[in-house]
Amino acid sequence: MSVAVSHISKRFETHGQRAIPALRNVSLEVKTGELLALLGPSGSGKTTLLRIIAGLEIADAGRVTFGKEDVTEKSAYERKAGFVFQAYALFQHMTVFENIAFGLRVLPRKKRPDTKAVTKRVTELLKLIQLEGYEKRLPSQLSGGQRQRVALARSLAIEPRVLLLDEPFGALDARVRKDLRKWLRHFHDQTHLTSLFVTHDQDEAFELADRVVIFNEGRIQQIGAPAELREKPANDFVRSFLEV
Amino acid sequence: MRRATADHWLARYLFIGILFAFVLFFLIFPVCVVVFEAFRGGFAMYLSYLTAPHSLSAIRLTLLVALAVVPLNTVFGVCAAWAVTHFKFRGKALLISLIEIPLWVSPVIGGLIFALIFGRQGFLGPWLDAHGIQIMFAYPAIVLGTAFVTFPFVARGLIPLMQSQGNAEEEAALTLGANGWQLFWRVSFPKIKWGILYGMILCNARAMGEFGAVSVLAGSVDDRITMPLQIEQYYLNFNLPQAFALASLLLLLSAVTLAIKIGLEWLRLAPNIARPH
Amino acid sequence: MPGFHLTLGFTIFYLSAIVLIPLGALVLKTVTPTADYPSVFTVVGHVVRVATDVRALDSYRLSFGLSFTAALFNAFFGFIAAWALTRYRFHGRRVLDALVDLPFAMPTSVAGLALTQVFSNNGGYLGQLLHEWFGWQIAYTPWGILIALIFIGFPFVVRTLQPVLDDLAVEVEEAAACLGANRWQTFRRVIFPALSPALLTGVMLAFGRGVGEYGSIVFISSMIPYATEITPQLIIIKLEEFDYVGAAGLGLAMLIMSFAIVATVNLVQHYAAKRKGTT
Repeated sequence: MSVAVSHISKRFETHGQRAIPALRNVSLEVKTGELLALLGPSGSGKTTLLRIIAGLEIADAGRVTFGKEDVTEKSAYERKAGFVFQAYALFQHMTVFENIAFGLRVLPRKKRPDTKAVTKRVTELLKLIQLEGYEKRLPSQLSGGQRQRVALARSLAIEPRVLLLDEPFGALDARVRKDLRKWLRHFHDQTHLTSLFVTHDQDEAFELADRVVIFNEGRIQQIGAPAELREKPANDFVRSFLEV
Repeated sequence: MRRATADHWLARYLFIGILFAFVLFFLIFPVCVVVFEAFRGGFAMYLSYLTAPHSLSAIRLTLLVALAVVPLNTVFGVCAAWAVTHFKFRGKALLISLIEIPLWVSPVIGGLIFALIFGRQGFLGPWLDAHGIQIMFAYPAIVLGTAFVTFPFVARGLIPLMQSQGNAEEEAALTLGANGWQLFWRVSFPKIKWGILYGMILCNARAMGEFGAVSVLAGSVDDRITMPLQIEQYYLNFNLPQAFALASLLLLLSAVTLAIKIGLEWLRLAPNIARPH
Repeated sequence: MPGFHLTLGFTIFYLSAIVLIPLGALVLKTVTPTADYPSVFTVVGHVVRVATDVRALDSYRLSFGLSFTAALFNAFFGFIAAWALTRYRFHGRRVLDALVDLPFAMPTSVAGLALTQVFSNNGGYLGQLLHEWFGWQIAYTPWGILIALIFIGFPFVVRTLQPVLDDLAVEVEEAAACLGANRWQTFRRVIFPALSPALLTGVMLAFGRGVGEYGSIVFISSMIPYATEITPQLIIIKLEEFDYVGAAGLGLAMLIMSFAIVATVNLVQHYAAKRKGTT
């Protein structure tokens, strides 16, 4: 499933004063099966764009399409975009099993799978994220890396058309981050799910992504494969941003 | 398109509507009734009600009780908070639970327990009678019962406050050679003074308004009862205007207490301890 | 750090004088022989008789039953209030938030007087209307007591829920939405379970408060034994009759029930903290 945004703009209001533009006329096309990184300094608009694609924010102007379908008017719970939050946002009072099964359990009656089907799917996913046997654990009993994987499995359970990750490794320490990076790339190669992830870490973006989008002040500065960006930076900002 | 986490507009209107209706009907309306009834006969009549002999003696006794109870409980609160936040000792959790007892127990029990010691059939009753010492149905008993009911307030306000402030400054002062009193007055007190005030005004409001414990301990002899009890007396004697006049005074006290409390909370000088743990 | 012995000493002294010794006296009274009941058996026998007498049982039923009902009302209204106050922005929100503490700050006698005036049959602002239109009687019946108990218990539920509602991270609700849950499903499966320990705690606090309430009830209740007599009233009557032992027995019964409520609240909170991993 490809994803496209065209001419997206969004302003955030600060009380009484001039509104700050978070995104200015941003257009982007994500190819099917691609792993795309949104990179840039904080406040550059990348998380806002991600949330607009998910349906958690409403753009002031522009359109969002999944494949051939214009989803701009659809709210988050209609879009079926898997979203993984920086702080995982796991349901604290539910076990790992129930967290992952959640998306299946809230489907409309007609589409809802029966208990056996749910168990089967959850078990498959637990195997995928290498946490078999953890069904009955509570989020508070898991490490950061484990929680992040559960959050991922939870989003995958609903068979999303696209996967969106907001600084997925931001809350983890350096070594766990490195391990999970490798794991995510491997995972993507297996599943070929169109994915976008937001990061401010250049190494992470370059190591993981097929293409990288560089943001600054609400505008896209350059899009390209990591090698291309390094060899042919489009402007001064990109050049100095990548130099660090 | 609605935001993913926004509630349905109907739920919103319904909830806010119910909230307004409840507050208006249950909270604001009775308050207005008291004020209206108190001033029904005009301002001059109102003043005359307040200066009636029974009213005056009730006001006087209430003030005297508060004058004893509030300082005592404040000293206790500061001591307890100091002990709990600066030291480790066995039984600390038990101590903290003990401080919470009056909040769970009926005020009538608060009065009962002292009656069982000082009353006629109480443990010390006969001895006190023989020596002509009057505790029950008099000032000392009222002070004790009121102290029981209100002593948690200062401690409960100070303990979380001091815990969040930490010991660092006090320890620094120690290394600089300060002794205990200097430590307290120069370093700790400035930090906690608003917390103390906060606890004191709540303690005071509760002490002046206390009914259950004082009912047991003061009996109903006219000159020796507090304002809440006097209100009841007026009411039982069908003397409503005087009851409302006296009640309006207590209401004024509540309003002032509430105003100070809110002021301190908005200025972030004290946490809301009406919120249970 | 100086002051250990001074502060702890005074604290223990004060607690003993005001709390421990008097409570001990309460318990002691129920087992100490007196002139009327010369042996331990007769004393305890009398205590049991009074505490299980029909009149006492009726008072327990009234006290506990009405407090529980009032606590349930407050669970409903308190939840709505806490939700609206933390989640919606509207004119007068801050004022309403401040007013929630009103029953907490108001003396019980004033509340009792005011509510009676509003709800009494003759001359009551609402009471008269309700009586003429529907034949309802509120003051001097258990309904009046219920209204008074709702009044005083209201802040407890609201104030217990508010911090928990504040703490609920919005991301969790967004996650549920992204997973396809509509608003009602999100509420039922995600928000409400996270709130239920706090709700339960608030209900128990309001319940405990109601059981002990005396001042406001005295005005609005007709205090008819077996019908509208609450347990604290019965205790006072026993004292007036100079049945100190009986009063002590009733007091002990109430105390035991209060402690049961406290233990329950602590258990609930402990369990909730364990679930969240914050012990």
